[in-house]
Amino acid sequence: MSKTLTFALMDPPFENARSTTAMRLIDLAVKRGLNVNVFAYEGAVYLPFAKQAQHPNAVHGRSLEEENHPLPRAWIAAVMKEAAAKGAKLDWVNCGLCVDERGAGEAIEGVRRGSPADFWKFAEGSDNTLVIGTK
Amino acid sequence: MKVLNIVEAAYRGTLEEQDDPIIWICSAMKGANADIDVLLRGNAVNYAIKAQDASGLSFGGQEQTQPPKIADDLVRLKGKGVKIYVVDDALRERGIEPGELIDGLDFVARSKLARLFSGYDQVWHW
Amino acid sequence: MAKFLLIESRDPFDNNVVARQYDLAVNLVKEGNEVTLFLVQNGVLPARPGAHSALLTATARSGVEVLADDFSLRERGIADNRLVEGVKAASLSVIVDQLANGRKVIWH
Repeated sequence: MSKTLTFALMDPPFENARSTTAMRLIDLAVKRGLNVNVFAYEGAVYLPFAKQAQHPNAVHGRSLEEENHPLPRAWIAAVMKEAAAKGAKLDWVNCGLCVDERGAGEAIEGVRRGSPADFWKFAEGSDNTLVIGTK
Repeated sequence: MKVLNIVEAAYRGTLEEQDDPIIWICSAMKGANADIDVLLRGNAVNYAIKAQDASGLSFGGQEQTQPPKIADDLVRLKGKGVKIYVVDDALRERGIEPGELIDGLDFVARSKLARLFSGYDQVWHW
Repeated sequence: MAKFLLIESRDPFDNNVVARQYDLAVNLVKEGNEVTLFLVQNGVLPARPGAHSALLTATARSGVEVLADDFSLRERGIADNRLVEGVKAASLSVIVDQLANGRKVIWH
């Protein structure tokens, strides 16, 4: 049976390197066929926010298509799809109260709302847990 | 599974959240029967001071009615059976006197953290 | 004996707590544990020979395996054949493998 890892994240997108490193780890874990749980706490609930949108980059003279701006919601969706293709799971839970206070209720498909109790349940049911706190 | 939760960053978003988010999530997890303890290190050792007072914020006449009371939250967490460790070197470096602190803390020297960590199944640094 | 993985994302140029994390790694070894210190993001900056590199070399000499994320090194233009003694470039997959193998892992 495949192993399961749980990650707790706190950082919103576009603000620091931690969110990208977290995505790299999650992507690697999925590529290895591991099941992955993510508990998104505080600003991290914006990582799968459905309303993220690309834009052009006039400083570089790039059109919207040329800029092809990364959107964490698209990364997450792609990794979820990759997990499914491997028969594994990326189970993403957004902390519900964090969602409410930030108005981040519109998340991509496959993301569900939860609470710290879900995080503890994830951790208890996993082979290991990595908490990436914010600063 | 026994987990030690480390809090190091202090007063980060605590006014908007009316809580320290990590002390809060520890309380919530304890409510879900998690077997956890807390370690305060770095600036977070300041959370153990009784005299913290964040009251009085007001913006355009909108007053904050529930300012954070982090020391009280720690006392409550302690009351639920969670050990609250504090790095005593960090207290001394910050000029914090023992009499300023809430009761019931467990003090640990920085040099002894390795031994403390070995006693837990997992150590989560928030 | 337990196995620990300390992930260090911060650097001693910007943050004076980082040296304490290196000390923690050494103290964990002294307690009889096996320890990997994995540098990521700006945490790789002292891996380039410079003002704080001696801290990393001393950590490695104390029995800690010190690894630096190859992507973070490349992102910062630090050649992996120019790393300070005791530090080796490594893939981030080491973290995933050590997590999956049950190491006690602490991110700083």
